[in-house]
Amino acid sequence: MLGSSLKHPAMADFLFAAAGLVLAMVAAGLARILWGPGDADRIMAAQLLGTGGIAALLLLGEATNVPAALDVALTLVLLAAFISVAFVKGATRSEADGA
Amino acid sequence: MSAALNGLTILAVCAGAFFFLAGTVGLLRFPDTLSRLHALTKADNLGLGFVVLGLLFQAEGLLAALKLISVWLLALLAGATVTQLIAHTARPSGPQA
Repeated sequence: MLGSSLKHPAMADFLFAAAGLVLAMVAAGLARILWGPGDADRIMAAQLLGTGGIAALLLLGEATNVPAALDVALTLVLLAAFISVAFVKGATRSEADGA
Repeated sequence: MSAALNGLTILAVCAGAFFFLAGTVGLLRFPDTLSRLHALTKADNLGLGFVVLGLLFQAEGLLAALKLISVWLLALLAGATVTQLIAHTARPSGPQA
């Protein structure tokens, strides 16, 4: 928990690279949205986008010394859960309608 | 001291990136919905956990550290709940199930 004034300049580069890697992983995972086959598979890729996006945001916030990114990440992590909850609510309702 | 903390950060963030890689590979390569769900959620939460752990060593002040930890705890809570819900939805309507 030392102040980031002591941060090594290479550390920011490393954090940028890590954020880029995580984002690349998330982008690759998005192929699952294209392939499916089920809706559940698609929503999983969206969930991966949520978690990976939060991780990348945290890394970028630390690399660029923007503390506010932490608050954005907190908000995002709260909202990411609602995507899937809304999906499940919608899926079970349309199932009940179809029956 | 700072060098040691930086080393720990690099180790933990690398571990986190590895778990994100594993999660993506699992999501893309595993044969059916439930095993993909398994790969995604475990690897994902561990990946975020290691990234948060790594950034904790860089955190300035107690408040930032607490925020980082609560990001991870919220992600764990949401992940656990949402995984059960998605699995419940995927089960009857999933492929050949």
